[in-house]
Amino acid sequence: MAFWFWYGLRKGIQSTRYPRAPELATGVSPGRPLDTLFPDGAEAARAAANCPVSAITAVDSRAKVDFRKCIYCQRCHFGTQDQLHWDSSFEWTQAHSPRVGYEPLPGDFSRSLHVIVVDAGDCGACLNEVKQLNNPLYNIHRLGIFFTPTPRAADVLLVVGPVSENMRGPLIKTYEAMPDPKRVMAVGACAITGGVFGRTFMSAGGLGSVLPVDLEVPGDPPPPLAVLHGLLVVTGRKQPCPPADTVYEGG
Amino acid sequence: MITTPPSPPPEGPNVLSLEQEVYARFKTAISVSHGEGKDFTIEVRRAHALPALCKFLFWEAGCSFGGIIVEERIKEWHVLYLFLSREIGWIHVILEFPIETPSLPSISAMVHAADWYEREAEDLFGLQFEEHPRLGDFILHDQVWQEGITPMRRAFDLLQPHFDRRPNQEWRPTLVVRDPGAFAMPVGPVYEGGLGESVHFLLETVGEDVIRAAPRLFYKYRAVEKIAEGKTALDGVLLAERFAAKSAFAHSLAYCQAVEKTSNLDVPVRAMRLRVALSELERLRHHAGAIEAICQSTALNVSEAHAAIVEEQLLRASCYFTGHRYLFGLNTPGGLRRDFDAPVCRSLLEAVDDAVTELRRLENRLRYTSSFLDRLEDAGVVTTEAARDLDLLGPVGRASGLAEDLRRVRPYSGYRDYSFDVACEKEGDGFARLRVLFFEVQQSAMLIHQAIEALQPGKVCADGLQIVPGAAIGWAEAPIGATVHWLRLGEDGCIERYRILSPSFRNWLGLHVAVENFAFQDFPIILATFGLSATECDR
Repeated sequence: MAFWFWYGLRKGIQSTRYPRAPELATGVSPGRPLDTLFPDGAEAARAAANCPVSAITAVDSRAKVDFRKCIYCQRCHFGTQDQLHWDSSFEWTQAHSPRVGYEPLPGDFSRSLHVIVVDAGDCGACLNEVKQLNNPLYNIHRLGIFFTPTPRAADVLLVVGPVSENMRGPLIKTYEAMPDPKRVMAVGACAITGGVFGRTFMSAGGLGSVLPVDLEVPGDPPPPLAVLHGLLVVTGRKQPCPPADTVYEGG
Repeated sequence: MITTPPSPPPEGPNVLSLEQEVYARFKTAISVSHGEGKDFTIEVRRAHALPALCKFLFWEAGCSFGGIIVEERIKEWHVLYLFLSREIGWIHVILEFPIETPSLPSISAMVHAADWYEREAEDLFGLQFEEHPRLGDFILHDQVWQEGITPMRRAFDLLQPHFDRRPNQEWRPTLVVRDPGAFAMPVGPVYEGGLGESVHFLLETVGEDVIRAAPRLFYKYRAVEKIAEGKTALDGVLLAERFAAKSAFAHSLAYCQAVEKTSNLDVPVRAMRLRVALSELERLRHHAGAIEAICQSTALNVSEAHAAIVEEQLLRASCYFTGHRYLFGLNTPGGLRRDFDAPVCRSLLEAVDDAVTELRRLENRLRYTSSFLDRLEDAGVVTTEAARDLDLLGPVGRASGLAEDLRRVRPYSGYRDYSFDVACEKEGDGFARLRVLFFEVQQSAMLIHQAIEALQPGKVCADGLQIVPGAAIGWAEAPIGATVHWLRLGEDGCIERYRILSPSFRNWLGLHVAVENFAFQDFPIILATFGLSATECDR
C-alpha cells in the first residue's frame, strides 16, 4: 500500500494561496448582490418587491441590500429586468454591531486558533462549507487553525443554523464550557437572522438572541473562503468588511 | 369518491388482480376509486381493518411503504397511508375519523417501517395509535418540552416565542440492557468538533460489542412543514431546498412537481432534461462527499483528500454552471429559473468527466487497499430480509438487494427516455454500500451526458402558472433515496398543508440493525457507509 504515499506526494500542493495571494479559481464564491442605483424609483421598488425575505429596501431610486437577511436566492439577479449589481468576492465577515466594532483575539492566537463548531439546526450547506476548510484545497492547518472536538480547548465558537429549541441547551453548555478569552461567530443567514426559518416556537431566529455574537459571516451558505476570512478576522489577521457605502449604477 | 366494484382493467392484467384481491378480501370495510394512471385509492370505512389491509399490501402484494400523511380538517382527521407498488404505482389508503376522537389503530406491528411515522404523528398532532408500544418523547424532546403540546394542529400558533414550557427535568434516557457490567456510551449531539450533524447516540454495551444502539434525532427540528403553511407556492420552494442542502435539488424538484401536478402545468422538454442533468450532478457531488466520509471514517487520509478535492471541484463547477454551489434558486414551479447556453453545458460535461475519472482511479486504489477493505467488509451487515422489513431506501437498500429506484419504478421528469442501470448488491455490508455509491457515480455521469446531448432549444419555464386548489404528491429519487413531497394548496394559492417524506427518516430507523452486534470501533464506519443526513430527517 505504499502507493498511497507516492500518490500523495505526486499530487503536489493543491492548496489555495489565500490570504497571501488572491484566489482566482472559478466557482469559489457564488457572489452576492450589491446596493444599486436605478434610473428611477419604480425599478428599485420592483427589485425590492421581488425579494422573498425583504432583504432589499428601496430608498428613492436606490436598492439597498441587507446582507444579514439575504438568503442568496438570486431572484434579484436571474430572470428579472431589475438586476442588482453582483459582487463576486468573498470577504464578507462583519462585526455583529458595526458601531461598537470588533476586538480581535490577542496576538498569541494568531498562529494557533482552535475552533469548535455547533450545528444548531443547519440545513447541511453551511456545515459542509465549514467542513471544506479541512479539504486540501483550503487546508486551514497551514494557517494554524484547527477544529477541536472539545469546548475546553476551543477559542472560537462557530455556530451554523437558526438555533432550534432542541439544540439551545447543548449550545449554551458548549459556550459555557469554553475558557476565556473566547469569540462567537454566527455563520450563514440562518445563524444571523433565522433565514427562511425565521423566529418561531422552534427556532430562536438567529444566534444573537441566545449568545453574545462577535462576528457574522453572511451567506446562504457562505463559501469556505468567506468562513476562512472570518477566522482570520477573529485573530486580527484580516479586517472585517466595512459597512457598504458604495452604490453602483444599475437598471 | 365513486365506489367501483372491480371493472375490466384499463390495461394489463396486474391492475385487476391486486385491486380485485383487495376488494375480495376487505370488501365490507373499504371502497376503491381510481386516480391518475393506474394509481388507486382505498378508502377504509372500518378502522379495525386497517392493520390487516396494510399488512396485505406490504407483505403479500409486495408494495413498499411510502409514509403517513396526517391532515387536520374541520370535522375530521384525514390520514393517508402511501404505498408504492412496482407494477401499479401509488396506492393511497385513506382513513377518516371524527376530529373529537383522535384515535386510530397502529399498523407498525405489521409494517415496521411505519413505526417512526406513527410516533411523529402522535408527537406533533396528538393522535393516539392504539397498542403502539412506545409513544411520546420523539420530536419534541422531553427535556425541553412537556407532553401534550401538539404544534402541527391548526390551533397552535407558529410565532409564539415565549411559549410556556415546563420541561421534564427528571428526564433520563431509557436503558434496555440489564446485564451485569452493562453501561451506556453517549455520543453527541456535539461531537467530531461539531463537524458531524447534531445527533445523539446512546450505545449500550457490556464491553466490546454494541448491544443496543438508539439514535436520538430531531435536535435540528425546525418545523419546516408548519412554517410552509400560509406561504405562496413560489416561496415554498425556498423551504423545500433549504431544509436539506445536500439534496436540495431533488427536494425542490419533488416539491415543484407536486405544484405542477395540482396546477396541470406542463414543463417544457428542455427544462425536464436540464432538471435530469442537475439532479444527477447533485447525486454525483453527494456521492463524492459520501465516499470522502467513508474514507475519513477509516482514517485513510490520502483517499479522503482525494475524494474531498473531487467534491470541492464539483461544488465549484456547480457554482460556475448555475450560480450556486448547492443548486439553490434553480427550480421553480413550471421549470427552471434560468437557462444555460451551449458553452456552459460543455464545460459542465468536462468537469463531470474529470470528476468521474478521478473517482474511478480512487475506486481502483481502494480495491487494492486491504487495510481499508478489512474495515468495511462484513461490517454493518443488513440482510435483504431486514432491509425489506424496514423498507430501507436508496443506496442502503440497494446494497441489501432491494433494487428500488423511483427513476425506474415511477419515472418522473422524463427519466423514462434514458438508459441507465440501477445498482444492486446482495451482501448488505459496508463495502457493498461503497460499491453502490461508485456504481451510481458512473450512471449519473452517463445520465448527465445523455440529458445534455439531447437538449433542444426552447423555453425552460412554462408561462402562466395558475395555482389550482387541490392536493398532489411529487416525488424524486434524492441521492439518499426516494423522497415524496405532498402538498395541499388552498383557494388563495397558498400552502394549506405540506408534508415531506424524506429518505433519511426511513433509513435512520434502519441504522440500529447495522450497528447492533458489531464492535464499537466499527460504529463510525457503519454510520459513514449509511450516509445519513440528520437535517433531512429532522426537517
